[in-house]
Amino acid sequence: MAIREAIRDGADKTAQASSFPLIHCRGLVKVYPLSGVEVHALRGVDLEIKQREMVAIMGPSGSGKSTLMNIIGCMDKQTSGDYYLNGVDVSKLDENGLAATRNANLGFVFQRYNLLARATALYNVELPLFYAGMAGAEAEAKAMAALDQVGLHDFSQHWPNQMSGGQQQRVAIARAIVKRPLVILADEPTGALDTVSSKDIMEIFQKMHREHGATVVVITHEPFVADFCQRKVVIRDGQIISDDQVPNWHDV
Amino acid sequence: MAVKFSILSDFAVRALKANKMRSFLTMLGIIIGVGAVVLMMSIGQGTQAQVMANINRLGTNMLMISPGASGQFGVRSGTTNTMTLKDATAIAKLDGVAGVAPTVRTSGLVTYGNQTWTTSATGTTPAVVDISSLTVAQGRFFDDTDVQSISAVAVLGQTVYTNLYPNGANPIGTEIRIKNVSFRVIGLLQSIGAGMGGNDQDDVIYIPVTTAQIRMSGITNQAINMMQVQVASKEQMDSVQNAIETLLRTRHRLAATAADDFRITNMAQIQETAASVTGSMILFLASVAAISLIVGGIGIMNIMLVSVTERTREIGVRMAIGASRQDILSQFLLEAVMLSLLGALLGIIFGIGGAKIFAFFAKMAAPISISSILISVGFSIVVGVFFGYYPATRAARLNPSEALGYE
Repeated sequence: MAIREAIRDGADKTAQASSFPLIHCRGLVKVYPLSGVEVHALRGVDLEIKQREMVAIMGPSGSGKSTLMNIIGCMDKQTSGDYYLNGVDVSKLDENGLAATRNANLGFVFQRYNLLARATALYNVELPLFYAGMAGAEAEAKAMAALDQVGLHDFSQHWPNQMSGGQQQRVAIARAIVKRPLVILADEPTGALDTVSSKDIMEIFQKMHREHGATVVVITHEPFVADFCQRKVVIRDGQIISDDQVPNWHDV
Repeated sequence: MAVKFSILSDFAVRALKANKMRSFLTMLGIIIGVGAVVLMMSIGQGTQAQVMANINRLGTNMLMISPGASGQFGVRSGTTNTMTLKDATAIAKLDGVAGVAPTVRTSGLVTYGNQTWTTSATGTTPAVVDISSLTVAQGRFFDDTDVQSISAVAVLGQTVYTNLYPNGANPIGTEIRIKNVSFRVIGLLQSIGAGMGGNDQDDVIYIPVTTAQIRMSGITNQAINMMQVQVASKEQMDSVQNAIETLLRTRHRLAATAADDFRITNMAQIQETAASVTGSMILFLASVAAISLIVGGIGIMNIMLVSVTERTREIGVRMAIGASRQDILSQFLLEAVMLSLLGALLGIIFGIGGAKIFAFFAKMAAPISISSILISVGFSIVVGVFFGYYPATRAARLNPSEALGYE
C-alpha cells in the first residue's frame, strides 16, 4: 500500500509538470545465464518516458525489447543499471512490493490477450480489482466502466470464445486500464490481429492517451503499429539505436 | 491488500468446475478413503456394541463353573462328574454371591401332538431367571417346590414354542414329551434374540434340575454339568472366585498338589478381553481405511502438479495483473483442500449409506459416530493441505515473465 501511494503521490505532484520522467532507465544491462553461455539481452539501455507520452519500442525478435518490457513491467530485474518508476527504485522492492506495483501502477496487454477462458468479459476485467482486495458491486461498477471505455458495454457477459480476437483484445485493454495505472504496457498487442482490428486497437490506445492522459508503451515490430505512436524507439542487439518523434502520428 | 476469501474460493471453484470429470476422479480417492473410514468405524462399533450386549446378557458379574480338570493349553481332560447340586448350595451361601444356577443339559427330540423339534432341555433352578435375565411372557417359571418335588414341568423358549405350536395355540397346561418323558408346559418365555456367534437363545426348554438329573439322565449322585454364579458386585468378582476355588477344593478333598477338578470362567474378564479385541479391531480397520486417504492425497498432489504446469500462463497473467506469490499459493492450496473436503463430504454420504445398507442386511445396528466423521473430515483437510502445499509452492515460485512466455 505504501509503495502504491508513494508512486501515486509522485504522479499527482507531477501531473502538471509533464517533463518528469515516469519511466527512467539508466544503463540497464540484463544478462541471462543460458546453459553456461551468458546471453546479453540488454547492453546498457538509457530510456526516459515522460508522463502522457505514447511510445513505441521497436526491434526485431531477439533485440531485447521483450526483456526491456519485462523490466519496465516489474516482472524481471535488471542485472545492473537503474530503473526508476515514477521516482521509485524498483530494484529495491521485494516480491510483494513488485506485485502491488504491477497491480496498482501497470496495466498489461499481451499479444495473445491472455484472458481467463472460463470467465465472462466482466470477470476478466474485475480480476485486477480482486487482487487489490476489492469485490462485489464496487468491482463490478469499475469493470463495467472500463468495458464502456473500450466499447464493450454489451459484451460484459460474453465469454472469450464468444468474441472475436479484436474484441478479446479490447477486454484485455479494459482489464489493463480498470485500475487507472500510471503506464499501459502493451506487448505486441496487434500481433495476432488482422489489419482492421489492429487499427481498432491502436485507436483505443490513442483515445486512452488523448482523453485520459494515459502513458502508453507499445512493444511491436510492425512499423504500421509504431506509426500510431508519438515517439518511436528502436532497439537492436540490446541497445537503443534510434529514438525519434513521429510527425503527424495522430492522423494515421 | 490480499484477495478476499470469497473471491479466492471462487477462483478455486471455477478451476475445479473447468475440469469436472478430472476433479471428480481426483476426489474419488478421498471419497473411497473417507467412506471406508466411516463405514469401518460404524461396522466396528456396531459389532462391538452387539458383542458387549451379548456378554452383558450372559451377565457381567458372572462366574461360570464347569467340572473337569483344566489340562495343558486349557484343554479339558476327563469328564468327571465331580460337581454336584450340594456344591451349588454351598457356593450360594458364600459372601458376595447373589445367586447360583446349576445346569444339567440334555438334548433330544421334543414332541407335541404330531409336531416334533430337536433341541436341548436345560435343567436348572429358579435362580436362572435373574441370572440369565429371563422374562416370562405367559404362565409362570417353576419354583423351588417344583425342584424339590422333581416335577415334570417345562418352560418353553419362543423358538421351541413356534415350532411345536405352529397354530399359535396357548401352550400353558398342554403336555409335551421330551425324549419320551411327559412334561406339562407351565410357562412361555419372551424372545431374547440371537446370541454371540448367532446361536438362537430362544431355542430352549427349562425344566427343574432334579427332574433333568433323575428322569432324563438317570443321574443319582446329583452331578451337574455347569453352574452360573451371579456375584453381587464387580469389585467382589476376584474375591468370590477365590472363595469358590477354596470351597470346591475343600469339598472335593483335593490334595494341595492336585490340579483343580473344575474350571471357573470369569465373565468380567471375558468382557474386558472382548472389549479390547473389538477395540483394536476397529482401530485396525480404520487404519487400513486411512491408508487409502493418504493414497487419495497423493492423487490430489499428482493432479495439482499437472494443473500447475497446464496453467503456467494463467499464473503468469495473474502475477502480471498483481497477484502476489501468497495469492497464487492460497489459490492452489484452496483448490487442493476443496478437492479433499468435497471428497470427504461425498465419502461421508457414501459411508453412511453403506453403513445403513450393512445394518439392513446384517440385521444389526451400525451407529454413525460423530467422532468418525470429524476425524475423517479433519484428516482429509490435513491431507489436502499437506499434498496441496508442494504443487501450490511450485505455482507460487514461478517467475512471472517466464510463466507468461510458457508455451
